[in-house]
Amino acid sequence: MEFFRKTPNIGFMQNRVWCYGISAVLILGSIVLLALRGLNLGIDFTGGVIVEVGYTNSVDLDRARDATEAAGFRDPVVQTVGSSREIMVKVLPKEGEDINHVAERIVAALKTVDASAQLRRTDVVGSQVGGELAEKGGLALLFSMIGILIYVGIRFEKKMATGTVLAALHDPFVILGFFALTQMTFDLSVLAAVLAVMGYSINDTVVVFDRVREVFQKMRKASPLEVVNAAVNQTLSRTLMTSFSTLFVVTSLYIVGGESLKGFSMAIIIGVVVGTFSSIFIAAALALDMKLKATDLMPPQKDTSELDAIP
Amino acid sequence: MYQFPTWRYWLVAIVMIAGILLALPNIFGDDPALQLAREDRAAIDASGEQKVRSILDAKQVPIAASHILEDRLVLRFATVDEQLKARDVITDAAGEEFQVALTNEPRTPSWLRWMGLKPMSLGLDLRGGIHFMYEVDVKGAVGQALERIERDIRTQLRDQRIASNVAARDGTIRVTLVDAQKQSEVASLIRTSDPNLTVTTEGSADVIVAMTPDQIRQRQSFAIQQNITTLRNRVNELGVSEPIVTQQGIDRIVVQLPGLQDPNQAIRILGATATLEFRMVDEANDPYAAEQSKRVPIGSKLYQRREGGPILLKRDIIVSGDQLTDATSAFAEGLPAVSVRLDDRGGKEMLKTTQAHLGQRMAVVYIEKKRLAPGETCKGVRSGDQCTEEEVINAATIQGVFSSNFQITGLQHQEAQELALLLRSGSLATANYLVEQRVIGPSMGQDNIQSGLRAMMIGMALTFVFLILYYRAFGAIACVVLAANVILLVAVMSLLQASLSLPGIAGIVLTVGMAADANVLIYERVREELRLGNTPQASINAGFDKAFSAIADSNITTLIVGIVLFAFGTGPIKGFAVTLVIGIATSLFTAVVGSRVLIQLIWGRQRKLAALPV
Repeated sequence: MEFFRKTPNIGFMQNRVWCYGISAVLILGSIVLLALRGLNLGIDFTGGVIVEVGYTNSVDLDRARDATEAAGFRDPVVQTVGSSREIMVKVLPKEGEDINHVAERIVAALKTVDASAQLRRTDVVGSQVGGELAEKGGLALLFSMIGILIYVGIRFEKKMATGTVLAALHDPFVILGFFALTQMTFDLSVLAAVLAVMGYSINDTVVVFDRVREVFQKMRKASPLEVVNAAVNQTLSRTLMTSFSTLFVVTSLYIVGGESLKGFSMAIIIGVVVGTFSSIFIAAALALDMKLKATDLMPPQKDTSELDAIP
Repeated sequence: MYQFPTWRYWLVAIVMIAGILLALPNIFGDDPALQLAREDRAAIDASGEQKVRSILDAKQVPIAASHILEDRLVLRFATVDEQLKARDVITDAAGEEFQVALTNEPRTPSWLRWMGLKPMSLGLDLRGGIHFMYEVDVKGAVGQALERIERDIRTQLRDQRIASNVAARDGTIRVTLVDAQKQSEVASLIRTSDPNLTVTTEGSADVIVAMTPDQIRQRQSFAIQQNITTLRNRVNELGVSEPIVTQQGIDRIVVQLPGLQDPNQAIRILGATATLEFRMVDEANDPYAAEQSKRVPIGSKLYQRREGGPILLKRDIIVSGDQLTDATSAFAEGLPAVSVRLDDRGGKEMLKTTQAHLGQRMAVVYIEKKRLAPGETCKGVRSGDQCTEEEVINAATIQGVFSSNFQITGLQHQEAQELALLLRSGSLATANYLVEQRVIGPSMGQDNIQSGLRAMMIGMALTFVFLILYYRAFGAIACVVLAANVILLVAVMSLLQASLSLPGIAGIVLTVGMAADANVLIYERVREELRLGNTPQASINAGFDKAFSAIADSNITTLIVGIVLFAFGTGPIKGFAVTLVIGIATSLFTAVVGSRVLIQLIWGRQRKLAALPV
């Protein structure tokens, strides 16, 4: 089986305006969604308490909510997890509250609804931890981008490095936009997924750029546009193949991987789709529009005369 | 013809054999188990084992196996239900005698264990347990040090009869002298008493004393180290198998207690700062009069007794909690008690006191420091949100002379047990504040493992089918290579004893998807070379050679992201980064070296090869 009987010749670069357009729509849409709806941040970032209990029979959510409120918690989020016999209660922290016994009080309240309640999991995060995690996530993003910029800059070329990083930054926006749209919980594991997607997207870009470098050496007479387009086409079946195999595994992770990996795998699914698009079209197109030339990729000529001129 | 170096066959063979061996312990799985330790810390012997077995037999809870390991009794069960039931039965019947902890015992066969091979360690989210994160009050620790310096300066100046006002504010101590002439004398006095302090003069009569940044840093790291040591001691007393206590960041301590289910006992014991002090009772004055008039005689201090009523104690401390070397809970004349042992100095002090004050009363003061929740009232002395409660648990007439070994009564049984534990494990240098707590029930852990593994199986199966459809025989090679990659990944994780968490499993699954990439790059190249009309042999060689730079570059960039994630990440992010980084390394090896060797082995040695099944 083959996607293409022979190397395709699709005019991606000639039509790159369309790619930019799609990107612009995605990014603007994401920014609007983020501004209007915001992210549904998990307690990893906001601080708070999550208690999950399992009952032997299904329970009425309203009664669980009433019991939690009766125990002195305002506006608890109460919902089922997986089946109707398992419920999750989430409360946000009150200023200066002693977090030691909050979880215990909620479990006690849920036991009054039905004594069969068995604790499955509790997460208690103090509000001071949350801010730091977001900060660390931001730092991780920054440092990985700097690392990539340096590596691609050395191994390839400055314009390509810039294109790679811009394309990689493009993907988190879209994922964040998706999470703002669906209001799925954005927690620490989703942040890990976002960063992993950037790794994936960069990986894809680098494969294309590696081919661009090679084609520049082969097709010396061709224009940069022809060269980049040829490279994208030549790596197209590999790109699709790898995207599919990654999509297979993350989709199965989403479907059977359990409740706690839903957000993570959804972020990667979105990221693989967008990352594939951005790394092929955006990164290469950006490098092209920054006037990438064959000479950019040639080893610099040693100019000895200049050295001699120095007295 | 292309000469393929034979050493590569050997390399792959050796790596794979080692990998399979290292990964092997993971396939046997775990038995749910209980670990029992005696409350009095004595070793459990065969009779103890027999006793526990008969308790469980009486309630018809089947035991799969039991053995004694390092003074503890390990009981294996066939199911988690039986394990939980057994725990309840033992706690009901002999909870006073045994500490019971839930754990998992690997079913590793003895010959593998003999070789020192272990399965991967599972994270809390996969095995159940409690995770705490504490913030160490480093500011408080520095403040305490400053207070001590302030006290020293004050006594020193008083001894030298220099009139002054000493006040600590914002991390510095300001000494305002009445006699401005003495400014330089005082400055040099303080400097000689502690050459590490920075001492400067200000205005005409002020001396400013501050701790150097170095001193502050030292003080902070001392406080954190001391707290880690203490927490470690306390955790060991909880009877948990494989607890973890580590520093995280600058001022955080993470405590992981696998198998433990009730966070309350753990919170109480890990966070407590209870200690004891011994003082003589002031018999000359009337405590009720002192309480009413609010005028406490000089040299004495007013306390409340646990059973009610005031009592006056001498200010001088005979012995304090940090001079205790050992403490165990016991019974004295039918009452719960704590047997304590003092260090040398404390023992001598106690001997001197009991000799001199035979027939008089000595009091035991129980001191507890805690952080107040808003609205909670402090029965003792309050400073900020810290509350120090002191209470006299016992004031008994000294009947005879004693020194370093004696017993204290006046507490409830559980209090006695916990106090003994706290005294044994040492005190916290400064308060720890709980900032994060996660509890994962055992059934949740089981569910997580199962769903993670199922996702991996299905994802791999889909990828395999797709690869074989797309690349035919070469696709089958890719499948073998991917499977080898997972084996090596598991092997490296087992070797490093890196703990596997649910995001870690997600990392492995994702690695499988991405590891296919290297194979895809190679096969696409081989196809391209074939299309150009090259011979199969040359196409294989060229395919591998030309794909290498793309493989290397793309993997190194992903590696950079993985390493940054590992460095900055905590919890799930770190767990994911570990498998991602190891996965990149193993997939590079299997795809570039491993699949080359396989392909060479199958097609490379045929001289006349018409076509490649790619």
